[in-house]
Parts: sequence; C-alpha cells; structure tokens
Amino acid sequence: MSTDTNTLLKPKSTEQVLDSEQFLKAYRSMRTIRAFEDRISEQFMKGNIPGFLHLYSGQEAVAAGLCLLLNDDDYVISTHRGHGHCIAKGADVVAMMKEIMAKQGGLCDGKGGSMHIADFDKGMLGANAIVGGGPPIIVGAALSAKTLGTDRVGVAFGGDGSSNQGTTFEAMNLAVVLKLPAIFLFENNGYGEGTHARYAVGSKDIASRAQGFGMPAYQVDGTDLFAVYETCREAVAHCRAGKGPVTIEATVPRFKGHFEGDPQAYRGEKEVETLMKEQDCLVMARARAVKEKLVKAKDLDRIDQEVAELIDEATQAALAAPAPEDSELLKNVYSSDY
Amino acid sequence: MPVKTYREAINEALHQAMREDSTVIVLGEEVSGGAGCDGSRDAYGGVMGVTKGLLPAYGEARVIDTPITESAIIGAAAGAAQTGLRPVAELMFMDFFGVCFDQIYNQAAKFHYMFGGKAQCPMVIRCTTGAGWRAGAQHSQNLTQMVTMVPGLKVVCPTNAYDAKGLMLQAIKDNDCVIFVEDKILYDTSCEVPDEMYTLPFGEAKFYREGSDLTIVAISNPMHKVLAVADKLAAEGITCDVIDPRTTSPLDEEAILESVEMTGRLVVVDEMTPRCGIASDISSIVAEKAFRSLRAPIRKVTAAHSPVPFAPNLEDAWMPQESDIESAIRDVLEYV
Repeated sequence: MSTDTNTLLKPKSTEQVLDSEQFLKAYRSMRTIRAFEDRISEQFMKGNIPGFLHLYSGQEAVAAGLCLLLNDDDYVISTHRGHGHCIAKGADVVAMMKEIMAKQGGLCDGKGGSMHIADFDKGMLGANAIVGGGPPIIVGAALSAKTLGTDRVGVAFGGDGSSNQGTTFEAMNLAVVLKLPAIFLFENNGYGEGTHARYAVGSKDIASRAQGFGMPAYQVDGTDLFAVYETCREAVAHCRAGKGPVTIEATVPRFKGHFEGDPQAYRGEKEVETLMKEQDCLVMARARAVKEKLVKAKDLDRIDQEVAELIDEATQAALAAPAPEDSELLKNVYSSDY
Repeated sequence: MPVKTYREAINEALHQAMREDSTVIVLGEEVSGGAGCDGSRDAYGGVMGVTKGLLPAYGEARVIDTPITESAIIGAAAGAAQTGLRPVAELMFMDFFGVCFDQIYNQAAKFHYMFGGKAQCPMVIRCTTGAGWRAGAQHSQNLTQMVTMVPGLKVVCPTNAYDAKGLMLQAIKDNDCVIFVEDKILYDTSCEVPDEMYTLPFGEAKFYREGSDLTIVAISNPMHKVLAVADKLAAEGITCDVIDPRTTSPLDEEAILESVEMTGRLVVVDEMTPRCGIASDISSIVAEKAFRSLRAPIRKVTAAHSPVPFAPNLEDAWMPQESDIESAIRDVLEYV
C-alpha cells in the first residue's frame, strides 16, 4: 500500500476479498458478539451482573474483520466497550460470561469484570476503563515485537472519545518515531458517552488528524465487513513488513446507550431504531454473502443456532459458578514477594 | 573494595543487567541524547548521566531515546513489560509523574491483580527527586508518598551507592512495577561498592547506627543530615537506632516497631510535605501498633506545606535541616 500521508486511504478493493471459510468465521464471531451482548443485557436487567456494562452491539464487523487477520500471539488492547474485541480475538465465551458475572473461573478470576476483561493467552491485553489508556500500552507491545524480532502487530482499539485524549496523541507520535508495528483503530460510533463526535472531535475526522502524526490513515465504513477486512489486511501487512504504524477510522453505529440503563435522552427521535434497521452489519454481511453465493443461508442459520446454544451454555455455567472466595482479596496484588 | 559514586553504582547495575539479560531495555528522554542531532550520540546519558555508555554498549534497539512524552514512555514500558521485555524507564524528575500518573497507578500497578494474576509488569521507573538544587517548584519535589500508597507498586529510595546498586539489580529482576527514587543530592556521594552483581531484598531496613535512647527513621537524602546529628549526640553519650527502610513499599514495619519497643521514642524524617507523607504513615503505624511502648510523643520532621520555593534562603527553610532534626530529637529525649 501507499505510505502517502497526504491522502486519506480507502481499501483498494472490496470485491471478493473474503473466501467462504473466512466469511463463516467472521460471521460466527459477529453473531457470537451480538448474542453475547443481548444476553448480558438481559442478565443485567435481572440483576445478575454487578457494575457497569458498555455494549458493543452494532460495531461487530470491526472486531471480527480485524481479528480474522491476527494470530493468537498478536496483541490487541481494548476499551470499556470491549466484549466484542475479546470474543473476536478468541477468548472463551464461558469464561467471559463468568468474569462479567464476577464468578470463579472467570477470565480474570472475577477481579476484572466487564471493563477489565482480558485474555493473555489470546493476546488480548485487556479492556481498559480509562479512555485513552490503551494506546500507550499497545506502543509497548509493538516495541516488544520489534525489539524481540517477531512479526507480531499490536492493535489499540479506541473510539471517537479516545481520539481526543492526549495519551492517544503521545502514543501515535511515539509509534511513528520508533516505527513500530502498531495499528490505532478508532471505532467512531458518533458518541463519547452522551456527547456527539461532531461536537467533540475538533478536526473534521479522526483519520486526517492521525495523518498529522506522519502515518498512513484509512477511513472505512465499519458496518461493511468486507471493507473492514480489506482495510485491515492492508494495514496489518504494512505493520508486518516493518513499515511503521497505521491508523484506521471505522464509522459504526452504537445501537445501545453509553452504558446499560442509559436513558439516552440525548439521541434523536427514532435514531436508534433507524440505525438498527439500516446499519446492522450482521444483516448486511449476511445479505451480501448469500447474494454473491459465497455461503449458503442454511450454513449461517446453523451458526446462529450453534451460537445460541453456546450463549445458553455460558449463561447457565456462569449463573451456577460460585463467587470468588473471600480469601482471594489480597491474592495477586504483587507477582513477586512482598 | 572499589569506591564508587551513587551515579556510577546505578550505571554499573544497568550495564550488568543489560549484559546478563537481553530483554532488559532502557527508554526515556535523553537516556542517550543527541538523537537526530548533528553532533554526537550519548551526549547526555540521562539528565544526570546515569545511563551514559549504555547506547554504545547495547545499541539503539535497547537504549531508546524518546521524545518528551511521559505518558507514552510509561505506557510503552508497561506494554513492553506485559509482552516479554524488562524495561527500565527514566522519568527524569519525579515531578513529571503528574503527566503520566494514569499509566503508573491505573495501568502498570493494576495489571497483575485486575487481570487475575495472568499479567505481569516487570518494569522499573527511575526518577530523580529532592530539593536543594534551587530548581524551584516543579523540579524539586519528593512525591514518594504518592506512589507508596498505590497497591501493586514497589517503591525504592536508596541512600547510598552500595544500596543503590543492589536495589537496582533487584528492581530489574522483580516481576512488579518498581519506582526507583534517586535523590539528586546523592549522585556524587560515594562508598565501597563491589564490582560483582548482587541484589538487596526489598522490605529489609538498614540500620545505619544502633543505640538505645531513641529511634530515628529517615527516608532518602535527609538520612545524611540525621547521621550528622546522631554522631553529634553520640559524642554526648546519646545513642540512637538510625533506620533507613530503603523501600517504602514494602515497608519493614517489623524493624521499626522492634526498635521503638526498645527505645520508646521515635523521630521520623522525610523531605516531603507534611500531610499524608511517609513520616505520617510511619508515625501512624507506630502509634497504632506500638503505643504501649511509647514514652514520648512521636515527632515528624518534614518539609513545609508549600510548593518548593526558588529563593535559596526560602528553599533551605522549606527543607528539613540538621537543626530541625536535632531540635526534634532533643524534644523527644527530654519528654518525661
């Protein structure tokens, strides 16, 4: 790809970039995320989940499209809206459900919860509840990759909100200075909590701001799995080739509130309803794949059924699991002697 | 045994750790110096010259000059520590913690616990601290208390070259995030330091002097003022336990409590502002756990509750001085 930093980049092609096997994998990932989020929303309303929940519904194509290109030993760091990234990176859904319900056997032994969910075996360095907290850390992961001579890449997910944080600017600059294999993937869902990006993002977009740091930047429709995949394919190849960092701005809808229970008084009349009707990445991906005969509808139906069963299983397992022992309180404050 | 300065001792520890373990890297502002310039590299070797010579020995891949970008330096160190390296990050002045504190206390300090023990963060943050350089309000503070209060961090504040080397080698080997506080007044002080590698454990206090009339605990540079006073008192036949905790987290409570149980009298000295400082913390521990042993009220000798002033006379008044220490000690000794 071009390393021209004067022009915002679009993927070269969105024609037949995914084969059927890849599509099925991405579709399963997207369906799992949607079903997981729907289920924990329901469980939250029943009082079975403590704390805060920020759901990823509507943004699934971004996590799924990117993670098709990553290996288990590539790194991602996530945000407070991180379940989708965790699932797409391959985390065990049962252990995720247990974590979010604060149970034994959770990915973080019930110490992290929704906002700090992580799976280090899958290169998922954690959801991060500090907006802008992740980008400096992914610079470090990318520094490890470069210093140790692996071909791993590090991806920092962020939103339009984190695009305004100073830590993000510092991370982007340092990644350019040290020419690190880092991708800054901004999912612009239009909202930083209850404030719109058209108010809060001072530049006309996030990608052109990233260009100002001296790295190539893409804009992509984040509801289009095919376009996301192609964009990420070019970005990941750029990083693996040792050419330095890349920014991707993916425009996505946010189907839910900032948090579960958010009355969303700031949203327009029928805004969410319209977004869900017109910009559902799952519906669009499915329609295109079937129309282009990439996959058969019945194969997708089967995936839907399998995912539903998995989510049922995860829910039952998490509900049945015990809470952490009280004796866990002071365990793992330090990893060496204290 | 060879005599080395505090600066040389830390430099030697870094050299030896980097030679022994290829995953150890050093990063920060001017850790080498001269990047992108027309003159020579390794022009600074760190703002205090502590990392001088590392770049020629280990190269740019492991001795990394960064822009002035504290959040990214600490974040990068934390991310690298999670993924297979052992970074030693330099923050120049402890005053700069404010710029990057999120990456220290919300990120590096919490990875291990928050992620259920599945992440480790073996990194060292080196920083200089301390007043007396006429450097004013933003380059002179000792903020050791702000990191000591954070679970997940370990905090080391060596007061001599021997301890500095052994504690630095331990800090690099440790699997937690260690804040290594170097008092800039101490860089040119020297003592005997072995050439070979050795480590000193965290949480083990050092007794600079042993005595029975009084316990004095001091953190960082004020220790040397305490020793001058203790030696003066010794000439009068007054003997003191002079304790350097060496690490404020973990803190060797046992050594302090045992000493106070014997002497019944305690003076605590630090160069931090008086509220919620290390002196306050140690005082509260002793008041809570050794109350029955106390034969006099505990006295704290600290800096004043103000920003560090620039004017030399004002800065001298701000810092705890030998006369303040001596006066507090005599008050405590005379209390019946």
